[in-house]
Amino acid sequence: MSKNMKLLTEPLNLNNPITVQVLGICSALAVTVKMEPAFVMALSVTIVTAFSNLIISMLRNTIPTRIRIIVQLVVVAALVIIVDQILKAYVYDVSKQLSVFVGLIITNCIIMGRLEAFALGNKPWPSFVDGIGNGAGYGLILIAVAFLRELTGSGTIWGFQVIPNSFYAAGYENNGLMILPPMALITIGIIIWIQRAKVSSLIEK
Amino acid sequence: MENLLDIFVKSVFIDNMIFAYFLGMCSYLAVSKTVNTSLGLGIAVVFVQVITVPVNWLMENYLLKAGALSWLGEEFADIDLSFLSFIMFIAIIAGMVQLVEMIVEKFAPALYNSLGIFLPLIAVNCAILGGSLFMQEREYATIAEATVYGFGSGFGWAIAIVALAAIREKVRYSHIPAPLKGLGSTFIITGLMAIAFMSFMGIKL
Repeated sequence: MSKNMKLLTEPLNLNNPITVQVLGICSALAVTVKMEPAFVMALSVTIVTAFSNLIISMLRNTIPTRIRIIVQLVVVAALVIIVDQILKAYVYDVSKQLSVFVGLIITNCIIMGRLEAFALGNKPWPSFVDGIGNGAGYGLILIAVAFLRELTGSGTIWGFQVIPNSFYAAGYENNGLMILPPMALITIGIIIWIQRAKVSSLIEK
Repeated sequence: MENLLDIFVKSVFIDNMIFAYFLGMCSYLAVSKTVNTSLGLGIAVVFVQVITVPVNWLMENYLLKAGALSWLGEEFADIDLSFLSFIMFIAIIAGMVQLVEMIVEKFAPALYNSLGIFLPLIAVNCAILGGSLFMQEREYATIAEATVYGFGSGFGWAIAIVALAAIREKVRYSHIPAPLKGLGSTFIITGLMAIAFMSFMGIKL
């Protein structure tokens, strides 16, 4: 497997930003009630991570180390403003649902974490690929959690009803608890449990 | 006065940064291993929130909002710079954190030593930027309200992290399935704490 391919696939499972690196949890939980906002959020984070990695990697030899955090924040903030304006222009409903969480992409630890850990020490192209991989790994968890919560909480997937009406007639009820914020935490806890049970090298001592 | 008290109670218990919005999760999970360090981080967050939220309130109301520049003269009255708010807020936060760090180092070296590395890290804590963005979204009318909100949200965050650290210190020696150890169980504990905090919902002063 080539090096770039590895950068792309490793964050999906073995080095997942959420379940292994523990980065970017904040936004992962709050936007996962429904599939659609979760997907938009995952896409925005992937774009911002990839391009900020690319830009910082190109600038890495000219940035003085002492002020690198503020330089990184400015680059990321500029990218997030662009994403925010695009979302407002094309998918206004979703951008309203995401509210402050689009702005919070700036302080999403995945982005700062990858900039610090990868982009500052690697060439532009691998950094870009690393950004895409980590964004995708983040998106994978986000969409998995949103799928479970929307299915059990509202009986829909991507806004379409999947639980047939006859179920409701027979006494089935949506689990209102799944829509509440705490269940996002517990769902991720269980995903981590399953992942670690499969991959024993990840178990903490 | 009653209004301020209401904002305070709401921001500590009902709109708790961690349990209702999951902000500042990364450092919340990473630093909650012992009570002492988490107390230090909690105090640092309260400190920075009390300073940055009012300063950003001033920025929002006298610089960024539609019509906010009217104090400069008639011709500036219809300028709307609100799309710049992300970059403005994060610059203020990064600058303020740096300033606070220098002041604390100069005048309270004991506090500085106990906060240690946490102060600079706060610049990328989403709870701080989140506080400013919620302040903007909720359109607090006076600077007093904004300050109380800043204090309350920081205080709520500090309570949450100290409580989790205390629980984790107890849980460390209990018998948990190996794949669930560490991160997985922390997520589930936080979820259960969030369910407990939901019982505060609907409290009104």
